[in-house]
Amino acid sequence: MTDSYREGMIVRPYERITGDEVRSLDRASRSILEDIGLQCFNEEATELFSKNGCRVEKHDERSYIIKIPGSVLTDALSSTPSVVKLGARDPGNSLLLDAEIPRIYFGSGSETNIWLDTEIETFVSEKDPSIKKRLPVFVEKRGTIQRLATAARLAEELDNLDFFIRPVNIQDEDITEDNHDVNKFFASLSNTTKHVQAGLTSLAQLDNVLRIAELIAGGKEALKENPVISFITCTVKSPLQMVDDATQKLIEFSKRGLPFVVSSSPQGGSTAPITETGMVAQINAEILSGVALTQMVNPGSPVIYGSVPVRARMDNLHDMYCAPEFNQYNIDCVQMARYYKIPCYSTSGVGDSKVPGIQATIEKFFTHIPIAMSGAQYIHYAFGLLDRTNTFCPVQAVLDNQHIGMIKRFLKQPKFDKKDFDESMEQIRKVSASSQKLYARFVRKGLRSGEIYSHYPFEDKDGQDRVIETALGHMNELLSRPAKTVSSEIEDEIFGKVPGLLPRLKRNK
Amino acid sequence: MEAKELIEKIKENVIQGRINKEDEGFDEGLDGEPGTVELIEEAIKTDVDAEQMVINGLTAGMEIVGARFESGEYLIPDMLASAEAVGAAMDLLAPHLEKSGVKSRGKFLIATVKGDLHDIGKNIVSIMLKGAGYEVIDLGTDVPAEKIAETAEQQKPKFVGLSALLTTTMREMENVINTLKDKGMRDDVKILIGGAPTSREFAEKIGADVHCADAFQAVEYTNSIN
Repeated sequence: MTDSYREGMIVRPYERITGDEVRSLDRASRSILEDIGLQCFNEEATELFSKNGCRVEKHDERSYIIKIPGSVLTDALSSTPSVVKLGARDPGNSLLLDAEIPRIYFGSGSETNIWLDTEIETFVSEKDPSIKKRLPVFVEKRGTIQRLATAARLAEELDNLDFFIRPVNIQDEDITEDNHDVNKFFASLSNTTKHVQAGLTSLAQLDNVLRIAELIAGGKEALKENPVISFITCTVKSPLQMVDDATQKLIEFSKRGLPFVVSSSPQGGSTAPITETGMVAQINAEILSGVALTQMVNPGSPVIYGSVPVRARMDNLHDMYCAPEFNQYNIDCVQMARYYKIPCYSTSGVGDSKVPGIQATIEKFFTHIPIAMSGAQYIHYAFGLLDRTNTFCPVQAVLDNQHIGMIKRFLKQPKFDKKDFDESMEQIRKVSASSQKLYARFVRKGLRSGEIYSHYPFEDKDGQDRVIETALGHMNELLSRPAKTVSSEIEDEIFGKVPGLLPRLKRNK
Repeated sequence: MEAKELIEKIKENVIQGRINKEDEGFDEGLDGEPGTVELIEEAIKTDVDAEQMVINGLTAGMEIVGARFESGEYLIPDMLASAEAVGAAMDLLAPHLEKSGVKSRGKFLIATVKGDLHDIGKNIVSIMLKGAGYEVIDLGTDVPAEKIAETAEQQKPKFVGLSALLTTTMREMENVINTLKDKGMRDDVKILIGGAPTSREFAEKIGADVHCADAFQAVEYTNSIN
């Protein structure tokens, strides 16, 4: 794989818990795995656990209780790579996830069913018909393959989006379980040159999906060097149940040495304790059991620590991402992943708001900032999500792109080198000796180079709130740029060799 | 350097907001090159017509700067830097302009009123007015009404600008206006007020001629009177 990769942003990580607390949580997770055990519904995984020294007890017709001794866990974790490289169609868009370097990347995510379009309409005041206002109106539409392609094109143009996880579920009439995976991966890969990651709907489609990726990367070996795609598998259903289907996917990904995320998403207050200690001890045990299994299948297999702990909302038991506890759980998990030297997949930018606006902005910033500060290497769900993870709004993604850019700037590491000190002292000397005492002239070069932040680009000069309308205009401009599709030769080859692709996805006709 | 070339370079340096050779401007490769002041000095030495320097160098440069500000290409620091360069040039050119019978656009007396030490806004207004060709007499901060009135009596300015940042000190502006009235000078000057707590209503209430929300409004108003 090429050595080039996206710069990301290396932060000085905010640490919520001490080293002693990290070690206590590690002991608690080990105790869960060794004494309580996890219920495993997958035969092959059960055999692997048994073969590697775990205690296996038959639980019922369909499942076993697996108890993982601490020494077995330590052995398995010892072969886990601390660096995972994720490739991209444009190798310059590759990602370098190094567990020991808090370089953060932001990406999209979730398979929402609703695509939220934005239209601007003029409303007339009932009280005074001479008063008219232009306001956004949001229209719910169904997720389709064409909308997924549009989302990928938009993702390509959003400069702060580092990787693409499909934000919309494809629900076209002609999409079936058999062609779902090839179409979603192709629609994504053919519209963005950034890294593409997704879950796999059907294991039977894995080889077809890999064929698309191989043709784009330039062959089997080239794909190993430049893994343009990766996967996510949520192996554990909380609390502590290793499910059959997702575990089988984990085994197959590991056998092939493909990079993927082992994730768990317990809900504090329903499927995990609501206490910080209980939640983190449990989710950490769940993720570690999956990571250990990957190393039992194929030592050295690249894997990402996928922690998505959420809070239950107590009036409806839905996932609640915008809660103080969410940040606490997630930052702790980032620290746990760092302790095990495994790159961390985390979450920010999800809230309860159903439309873009004040609530959505507050909810998103409330998690974007602390999770970025924690130094999680791979932050998903960060673009365009609304109504928790049920809706994707492209205009919201444009707003998130701007806000994440501001956060990245804020977290840029301080620069206190000699040149900076010398220049600053010279400025202070000059301005102090002047009659006007103004530093404004020294701002100009940095403003022009973009080093100095100018102002919020979606504000209205007249002081009206037209943020959404302005962002919509910007989105339309981004989408009017030519799509960066795969070449017609590669596209023809993919359509010739991979069954199930929808002809309407062919761009080079 | 030929006169035409010198004037063109003066214009370019105004656009870059470079007072002197130490200023870097914002385009590459300007470090150490003569700035507005050095070019004006050279032009004076070689007897370039002072009025031409003002019209085709300084004013022409400021017109471009103004247009770029209007279009959003330039921001406040650019305007200020250019105005400062013009101000420094005007200090050098003033005696030569006087000799050739060219009049300034008028005297502008400016001060932050008694009890108030804030001067950033006042300084920005001074820079912009100087850049627009006015002769600015800046009395500084915490200036008593009597001092303002005395200076007005001696200097006979066309305009008096009063600045205050505090709600407690803005009331002093009315005192300045009353002092000018008492001395029979109120009708000889136009009084501009500005500062965060001030407003159009407040200006009307205390008998000022205009309230300026920023330096641009001050320049716009003085130009409209001229």
